[in-house]
Formats: sequence, C-alpha cells, structure tokens
Amino acid sequence: MKALHIDNTILQSRLFLGTAGYPSPEVLGWAIEAAKPGLLTVSLRRESAAGKGQDFWSIIKGFNIPVLPNTAGCYGVEEAITTAEMAREVFKTNWIKLEVLGDDYTLQPDPFRLLEATEQLISKGFTVFPYMTDDLVLGERLAALGCDILMPWGAPIGSGRGLNNPYALKLLRERMPGETLVVDAGIGAPSHAAAAMEMGYDAVLLNTAIAKATDPVAMAGAFAQTIEAGRAGYLAGIIEPQQSASASTPAIDKPFWHQEN
Amino acid sequence: MIVTINGQQTTINPPLKLSDCLAKNGYRDMTIAVALNGTFVPKGEHANTALNDGDDIEIVAPMQGG
Repeated sequence: MKALHIDNTILQSRLFLGTAGYPSPEVLGWAIEAAKPGLLTVSLRRESAAGKGQDFWSIIKGFNIPVLPNTAGCYGVEEAITTAEMAREVFKTNWIKLEVLGDDYTLQPDPFRLLEATEQLISKGFTVFPYMTDDLVLGERLAALGCDILMPWGAPIGSGRGLNNPYALKLLRERMPGETLVVDAGIGAPSHAAAAMEMGYDAVLLNTAIAKATDPVAMAGAFAQTIEAGRAGYLAGIIEPQQSASASTPAIDKPFWHQEN
Repeated sequence: MIVTINGQQTTINPPLKLSDCLAKNGYRDMTIAVALNGTFVPKGEHANTALNDGDDIEIVAPMQGG
C-alpha cells in the first residue's frame, strides 16, 4: 500500500496518535509500539524549574517518529501564532496542528480566526494542519491560502461520538480530491476510523479513544489494524449500496426448476 | 524589579538579560521556548533581550498533546 507523504516525509502509518491522557508514561510507550503511528501529536505547556516536560520529550524522541505540535487551547490568533513559533523552536519542525477554538463547550474551531491564523503562519513558513469543522467552504478557503492538509473534526474532541456528519465529510472528500484529508477528533471505536478511511480519508488522528480505553495497548493495535483495513477497502473499490436484493448465487441451472406453462 | 514568570511574580535584580533570568531561575540546559509579553523570543536573542519592570515571561516545554 502506498505510504502517505507530507512535505517529503514518508509516514509509516495513516494512524496519527495523540500522546495525552494515558495512565502512565510506560503505557503511552507501549501504546506507541502497538499503534506504530505515522506521527505523534505533542503540545507545549508551562515548564517548571524542575523540568517536568523534559522526561516526556526524552521518551517521545526515542521513538524517532515525526511529531506534530499543536496549539491546543488557543482561542486567539496572536496566542496561536506565538505558540506555533515556540513549538517550531522546541520541536524543530515547521509542522503545526493549528487549533483556534471558538466555543468552550464543544471545543469547536473558530473558522474565522482559523483562517486569519493560517494565513499568517503560512507567511512565516509553517506547514499548517488546520483543525477545522467539516464545512466545505472553509476547507476551500484554507486550501486557497495554501493548506495541502485539512483536518476536519469527526465529532467534538474527546467525545467518542464518531463521525457526526458523514455527508459533510464525504462531500469534502469528493470536492477536494487533491487535498490530504485527516479526520481529527471525536473518534471512539475502531469502526469509526474504518468508516473514515473507507470514505477515502488519508489518515485518522485520535487520542482519547486509545488513551482512555480499558486496555490502551490492545486498543492501539485494534486501531492500527482497522485503519489499514479501511484504507485497503477504499482502494479496492467498495460497491454502491442498492435498494433491492441481488442474488449472488446464479439462478441459471438451479435444480428442481421447471418452467410453468 | 518585578517580572512575572509563568504567572508567578518574581523579584529580580536589574540590569538583567532574558538569558540571565532564565539561568537564575533554574532553566539551564532545558528544551524550552520563551515568549516575552506575548511575543516569541528566539533562543539566539535571549542574551540580547533586556528585561523591564512588569515584564511577563512565558516559558514552555514539550508536553503530552492530542
């Protein structure tokens, strides 16, 4: 199966994995080993003189997997840009998962500020992975600004609801065939990820579904398999649903059949 | 003079550069990034960045994220 490329980087998997909320650093490490993700998402938070973030970074660096820093929790354009600039220095990557939130109940992205921040970050040389709603026009505007990757939500972050609006997600895929599309957020079950991949999405980004599973390591393996299967199914060409039955066994030469006069 | 480091007010003795302030407050040899009054300050400019009374310093490091 053809690997996913982003900015000339070959990703080993179409599973993008978040690193937050695991029961322990050890479980996080085992989950990464089981998932074999294409990239790992990370964030920036205030550092203490005790250096609490340094151990985490040592663990992540050891996997030698590309990292995608985020601007999680940002509501304003300026704070998102400053966070992205700090992330570029810390993680030594131009990639940024741009979160500019507009509602603290649903954590829905603010489409207007997202556009503004995207334009500024692209002008500063970033490769922006915008966390967006599933709105087609927003996707087209982001692409016009220079985004080759779009990351529409499946459902609100951490909700585990799956794909709330399959119609909108399919429409994005159909209307933007040249974009790298990643369903980001809201995934709960492996079947949700499979559904996204069967639509032709290029990857799935998830965190909570694995980190908060009863057995995060087993769930990481389950997602890895289902994402690969979903992609393979999409490439193989899924049949169109029909309203009526269509016998798969040939009717010709059926025994005991007699033509009525 | 008083500056704020990650939300905590701290008294420092002027004149002081940003790099001095970081070192004196325990941030030596760490993977960090710094913003001063909401603006990112690249590592290469820490030694040339003078601090003023009331400055707001944010120091961040890698952390778990989704």
